[in-house]
Amino acid sequence: MDLFEFQARDMFAAHGVPVLNAVVATTPDEARAAAEQLGGGTVVVKAQVKTGGRGKAGGVKLAHSPEEAAARAGEILGMDIKGHTVHRVMIAQGAKIAEEYYFSVLLDRANRTYLAMCSREGGMDIETLAVERPEALAKVPVDAITGIDEAKAAEIVAKAGFEGDLAASIAPVVQKLWGVFVAEDATLVEVNPLVKTEDGAIIALDGKVSLDANADFRHPDHEQYHDHDAADPFEARAKAKGLNYVKLDGEVGVIGNGAGLVMSTLDVVAYAGEEYGVKPANFLDLGGGSSAQVMADGLELILSDPQVKSVFVNVFGGITSCDTVANGIVQAFELLASHGQAVTHPLVLRLDGNNAELAHQILAEANLPNVELLDTMDGAAHRAAELASIEISKGA
Amino acid sequence: MAIFLDSNSLVIVQGMTGSEGRKHTQRMINFGTKIVGGVTPGKGGQSVEFDGGVSVPVFGSVSEAVAATGANVTVIFVPAKFTKGAVHEAVDAKIPLGVVITEGIAVHDSAEFFQYAQNSGATRLIGPNCPGIISPGQSNAGIIPANITKQGPIGLVSKSGTLTYQMMYELRDIGFTTGVGIGGDPVIGTTHIDCLAAFEADPETKAIVMIGEIGGDAEERAADFIKANVTKPVVGYVAGFTAPEGKTMGHAGAIVSGSSGTAQAKKEALEAVGVKVGKTPSETAVLMREIISSL
Repeated sequence: MDLFEFQARDMFAAHGVPVLNAVVATTPDEARAAAEQLGGGTVVVKAQVKTGGRGKAGGVKLAHSPEEAAARAGEILGMDIKGHTVHRVMIAQGAKIAEEYYFSVLLDRANRTYLAMCSREGGMDIETLAVERPEALAKVPVDAITGIDEAKAAEIVAKAGFEGDLAASIAPVVQKLWGVFVAEDATLVEVNPLVKTEDGAIIALDGKVSLDANADFRHPDHEQYHDHDAADPFEARAKAKGLNYVKLDGEVGVIGNGAGLVMSTLDVVAYAGEEYGVKPANFLDLGGGSSAQVMADGLELILSDPQVKSVFVNVFGGITSCDTVANGIVQAFELLASHGQAVTHPLVLRLDGNNAELAHQILAEANLPNVELLDTMDGAAHRAAELASIEISKGA
Repeated sequence: MAIFLDSNSLVIVQGMTGSEGRKHTQRMINFGTKIVGGVTPGKGGQSVEFDGGVSVPVFGSVSEAVAATGANVTVIFVPAKFTKGAVHEAVDAKIPLGVVITEGIAVHDSAEFFQYAQNSGATRLIGPNCPGIISPGQSNAGIIPANITKQGPIGLVSKSGTLTYQMMYELRDIGFTTGVGIGGDPVIGTTHIDCLAAFEADPETKAIVMIGEIGGDAEERAADFIKANVTKPVVGYVAGFTAPEGKTMGHAGAIVSGSSGTAQAKKEALEAVGVKVGKTPSETAVLMREIISSL
């Protein structure tokens, strides 16, 4: 999960990383009060959105008085920046910037360790710098056990081309940012720009932090960073039910077991759908268990999506054999009917693997309405896509 | 022959007394895996009775289990927050193979225990968040369903559990030397490349099927490795062509960020080095059939 800039700022401050004083505001009045609280001088009004390019979009503005801060906040609040609506601004104390640098530490999947990146050329888009002037961006692998100690910090800043007193004043900030990375279970800590002010202070002016949700068990306070507002309403409901669901834009609901198989199912449905003008509506992984309740929860969620016209259930029976899954489907239909939510959408099933024949027998006996059983994943995807297009034409 | 796991493997289960550990230990025993012990701190000296009249001793630590049984493989089922400690114990006991089934491990923990195993040089880790490894007819360490395929000439390496099962099942009449589920986490102990190298060296393996998915660049690096080092035919499949940017698809590692990690880029990289890539799992199985019949 990604943090807003103000959350990253607060987190940096808590770990001793030098930052500017700042206050969050959600209205122009709050912005005025914030600017007064910061001494009434020059402040920067910054849109709080989880995307880059705020400056270019007009989401970062200078204000020389509390009145101006209120006016600028009025302009920025409600703005749309790359599809993100601005609900908050951060009012930050102004600083006289002499130079702008870059520092980040992140998880490096390819090398299965961490990577620190540092440059004397901050402020700009770092991906552009990495492509255009790779020699200006120092990349230093960081051992997951020894981390960034004093010597490593010195090595990183030296490789970035810092020397003398400047190197000596940046290295401790690098070590503190490593402290944030470790203590908060981050997968990314980025400061762009890391600035030197005219009086020589090193300050993290803008921060980006991504946290690992798998580490939430040791960070009860990270609950506050889960972005409940931004979640799609279907995804929020899925989460509440413990379902592994991603909403997509399409007409064929997809349910399967195992992340890889479901991803593959989406692809197969998309290929088949090209012929019929339909697409997969969602990713839903039932996981290993596939109990009747989980199946019922999954079906209920998908069928409540008005865009969904047909459903494709694609299960490979391994540890949970196909007959168990088939019984789960029959019970799910009964459960939904008992809630007054009888399944009326066409449903295509493909059950392969252990006890597939027994599963077919169970489903034949149950004689569920609008349910078709097919043998292959490709064939079933085609049928589900076709049925969705038939439903659409019926509705038209 | 097989890779990493064979009929001589003596397997212990860390977390055997938990419900998942117990269930899957029973399944491994049914398959014929030589389960020589379980490890649960504080429960040393007990034993667990399994169906079929098998009694498995429980040890308080991995080093005790190794000393008493000569175990050379451990399968780890302990909860995510205790996995780092469990892996350290296995590495300290110099177990050659550690299969980490547990999912949902904090990536700082997996990066740390991977480095710890690397530093020791004694332990190969498979996983975390993986279904394990199976050498049909010989041994099964993990949760891969045992009865969906048979022994044969194909080597399989996959990020995904169910796609592994699907592929093994589709090609069950031909069979496999070893199937390795390497897991879909950002940091994993054994990579596609490690498995490709081992299959290349294994005389029984005649062809290799490699299953990837969106996220990271492991498939691209595997393609480079194949070009330089693999002489055996390789068939590939990549899941997630239609996955949208920025959404995590089930596995922690399965996410397309910007232009990196897309299925299309992976497919192109593999095809550029002569790997035949199927559009669907079934088409991939057909490609493998053609290769096997032409050998």
